[in-house]
Amino acid sequence: MFESLSLLALQQYWWVIVSLLASLLVFLFFVQGGQTLIYTVAKTEAERKMLINSLGRKWEFTFTTLVTFGGAFFASFPLFYSTSFGGAYWVWMAILFAFVIQAVSYEYRSKANNFLGQKTFEWFLILNGALGTILVGTAVSTFFTGSEFSVNKLNLTNIFGSGSTTISAWEGPAHGLEAVLNVQNVALGLAIFFLARILGLLYFMNDIADVNIHARSKKQLLINAVPFLVFFLLFVGLLLVKDGFAVIPEAGKDPLLWKVQIEPYKYFNNLLAMPLVLIMFLLGVVAVLWGIIGTLIGKCTKGIFSAGLGTVLTVFSVFMLAGFNNTAYYPSTFDLNSSLTIMNSSSSKFTLTAMSYVSLLVPFVLVYIVWAWRAINNKKIDAAEMQSETHTY
Amino acid sequence: MENFDLTLIDWSRGQFALTAMFHWIFVPLTLGLAFIIAIMETIYVKTGDEKWKKMTKFWATLFGINFAIGVATGLILEFEFGTNWSNYSWFVGDIFGAPLAIEGIMAFFMESTFIAIMFFGWNKVSKKTHLVSTWLVAVGANLSALWILVANAWMQEPVGMVFNPDTARNEMVDFWAVLFSPSAINKFLHTISSAYVLSAVFVIGVSSWYLLKNRDAIFAKKSILVASVFGLMAALYMVWTGDESARTIARVQPMKFASMEALWDGQTNVPLVAFGILEKPALPKTQGQYQEKDFYIKIEIPNALSYMAFLNANAYIPGVKDLVNGYTDSNTGKVEPSYYDKILRGKEAITTLKNYKEAVNRGDEAQSTLLRAKFEDKEWMATTFKYFGYGYYDNKSVGGLIPSIPVSFYAFRIMVMLSGHFLLLFILMLIYGLKNKLEKMRWLLYVAIWTIPLVYLASQAGWVLAEMGRQPWVIQDLMPTLSAVSKLDASSVQITFWLFAVTFTTLLIAEVKIMISQIKKGITGGH
Ligand code: HDD
Ligand code: HEM
Ligand code: HEM
Repeated sequence: MFESLSLLALQQYWWVIVSLLASLLVFLFFVQGGQTLIYTVAKTEAERKMLINSLGRKWEFTFTTLVTFGGAFFASFPLFYSTSFGGAYWVWMAILFAFVIQAVSYEYRSKANNFLGQKTFEWFLILNGALGTILVGTAVSTFFTGSEFSVNKLNLTNIFGSGSTTISAWEGPAHGLEAVLNVQNVALGLAIFFLARILGLLYFMNDIADVNIHARSKKQLLINAVPFLVFFLLFVGLLLVKDGFAVIPEAGKDPLLWKVQIEPYKYFNNLLAMPLVLIMFLLGVVAVLWGIIGTLIGKCTKGIFSAGLGTVLTVFSVFMLAGFNNTAYYPSTFDLNSSLTIMNSSSSKFTLTAMSYVSLLVPFVLVYIVWAWRAINNKKIDAAEMQSETHTY
Repeated sequence: MENFDLTLIDWSRGQFALTAMFHWIFVPLTLGLAFIIAIMETIYVKTGDEKWKKMTKFWATLFGINFAIGVATGLILEFEFGTNWSNYSWFVGDIFGAPLAIEGIMAFFMESTFIAIMFFGWNKVSKKTHLVSTWLVAVGANLSALWILVANAWMQEPVGMVFNPDTARNEMVDFWAVLFSPSAINKFLHTISSAYVLSAVFVIGVSSWYLLKNRDAIFAKKSILVASVFGLMAALYMVWTGDESARTIARVQPMKFASMEALWDGQTNVPLVAFGILEKPALPKTQGQYQEKDFYIKIEIPNALSYMAFLNANAYIPGVKDLVNGYTDSNTGKVEPSYYDKILRGKEAITTLKNYKEAVNRGDEAQSTLLRAKFEDKEWMATTFKYFGYGYYDNKSVGGLIPSIPVSFYAFRIMVMLSGHFLLLFILMLIYGLKNKLEKMRWLLYVAIWTIPLVYLASQAGWVLAEMGRQPWVIQDLMPTLSAVSKLDASSVQITFWLFAVTFTTLLIAEVKIMISQIKKGITGGH
């Protein structure tokens, strides 16, 4: 069934999948956001234990989504994998470190004789929560602001010359760290950070039956909603007025050779050109706000679902803006024509087709994840359970 | 060769080796222990005997401690393909990325979802559902091994793809060829069976400690029984598939084969060096200059190597020198070109690609059509393009095409000799376990404890052979480490290398300490 699709359609399909994984990842960052609040929302050891156990039953989903996002990006757009990871080395390494320390922290935190001490593992969680979200947000923003790199496949044949044989090269010395010098990048990083905290708070309110935690979460919700809105609106504002990186299609010519040009208001134009994306974006934003406001004014504890769905829709539509409508999703400010597009950076038709069959498994995966989630969440966490349960963090 | 930054390559190799070897400390235990736990839980569900439930929970706790750090190290590995081997990621991402993605979608989610049920579901789902979840954890873990090993096997035996000069990379044309290549099958079967052996030794070793301390004796004996049956079956299978692996290597990676046997001169009726100590690290430096190797001591089995490699006692096996200088198989008459010849062909392949790309960029249709035809010419592809990777070398640097012989030689022998030890251990444990005489065999219990480090050693040695034995190839004959590496400063990689070394060592210490105090708490000592 996928065989009959054109290469372009497959490339689009895979951009959709990658975007979907990215948006699920941002939603699942509620774990990271929650981790940064373990000292703020919990005041006693018993309360902290509830928070950490509540998050600890979910952290693997986030982590595995990150891993799968990486794998899917590798399989579908390998040139991105080699260019961005090999070039923006320090950013990605920092992100990896932030996640390495997370993976052990839940399991080891409260175990006897854990060498580093409980506090250290808690700080690992906080670091992961802060660095992980800010850095991922900053890195994703470079999809719009661009980076300084060049791609030249001829380098592979550089056996007699003195040049490098590596096809993708970062042209700045900072290897990715320069991204933090751009206001828009930082705005997205911080927006994701505060969004993750908001989602974390909503999640606590839904998952834990404890009045104190509930009250403090509610208070924190307002405190975090304000900076989130500021940074999010700053990012969106800058995005809509900025120049973008447009691909110029040339009929009859191999898309590998299509040129990239600066186009004023490119992302704003993309939004207008793709009304569906516009609708999703607006719905997403409304749903996030609904989740927050509904929780703030009402008694509802299900805000996580509305805000979560909203997050997925919003992030998804932002990714659509980056890659669709003849846009270079990973632009190079050093050499426009080195910019990556979904056409010039993808796997072959055969691989995309084979992988598309694999993607049919995704609904099944989602089904058992939802089932498992519900099986474990059928009762809210409370102090009594922390006493009786044999496996706690 | 001047345009290659060799220190960068070495640090990148070092960093990959470091992270992979750390990952491999934890992975095999996950792979095997998951099944052992599932078996124990099955017995619990069948018999309703609470003892088995307690055992299941005890081993599951150790599983969880080990699992967390396995996940931490795996994440780094996945992204390191991009961060440190960026050219590689492009050149073969079309094929190699696919198994990694499938691994995420198919295996990791299964594993991590059902782990949640396994740990937190005891009071939340039915007994049967819990049992199924535990089994699915084991299946998920082993599926993840399948896909990553398929990816690795493909690097050793690249099949199922064609080279596309327009994109300048290899593209997959036959998914099943990638999945079912002999290398992939052997790699998977041998690796998982070795992981089961490792886990069985772990369970037996830990249980023996309890017996020596006179604690939790009933639990320990039951655990030993389960583990030694499981281990014995796995070990037999492991030896068999290891043997198959060696045969596959003889065919697809003859240099690795020659180096693991320290075979310098090819011949027919090659004996097998069952035991040997190499005289000195005999590394050939440049063309024609070899430091002659020999053994201080060796014990040979006549004809055995020929038989092992090709199931024919008279088979010809090329040695390191023959591979470098070219040879004719005296049995079949097959002529294999020398490395010098392959270097020339490799250079021709690379130059053809260069000219083609330049013609396309110039818009020179006539020239580009002409050159493109070469990449569609099966004959040219099989005799010239096949040696693409050799083109990055020259006659002076031919020594770089030979892996470290002592490393391969000893790594292989460590693995093979220890197999015998493990087999024997399982058999003795089973016999005395069934006779219920284990407590009296204190020496055996001590041996069992000391076998734990040995099995980790054997397992690492296997990977050292597999990965260092294929040097310098990241993709056999197509891409050497030289041209696979990212464009970074050696100092950057050096910094991350040490960061990883320190971080992982710290976490490993934490893991071991937690594990030990958990074990000391005892099986019945609660959580
Ligand atoms: C408990 C560990 C263990 C033990 C006792 C053995 N192996 Fe092994 N071996 C492995 C663990 C391992 C491994 C870690 O799983 C490797 C690394 C790569 C692979 O495919 O499996 C491996 C690789 C490996 C390779 C290289 C594969 C390659 O390069 O692709 C060969 C030829 C053998 N083994 C052969 C054997 C034989 C003939 C054995 C016994 C008679 C044996 N191994 C015992
Ligand atoms: C977990 C078990 C593994 C261990 C212990 C291991 C070990 C090693 C070692 C020691 C090296 C360094 C070789 C050298 O430079 O001399 C290496 C390199 C490498 N391995 Fe592995 N490896 C493992 C699994 C894998 C798998 C499954 C893959 C691919 C899917 C892989 C891909 C690579 C790559 C790309 C390199 C770098 C290039 C090279 O040096 O050849 N490894 N590994
Ligand atoms: C060098 C290539 C490798 C890469 C890139 C890699 C990647 C990863 C990643 C990303 C994870 C974390 C997954 C999660 O979120 O749950 C992981 C864990 C795991 N990997 Fe690997 N891996 C490699 C080698 C291997 C090998 C050779 C095996 C088995 C034969 C293996 C088996 C596993 C298993 C069973 C886990 C589960 C966690 C554990 O207990 O260690 N991996 N790996």
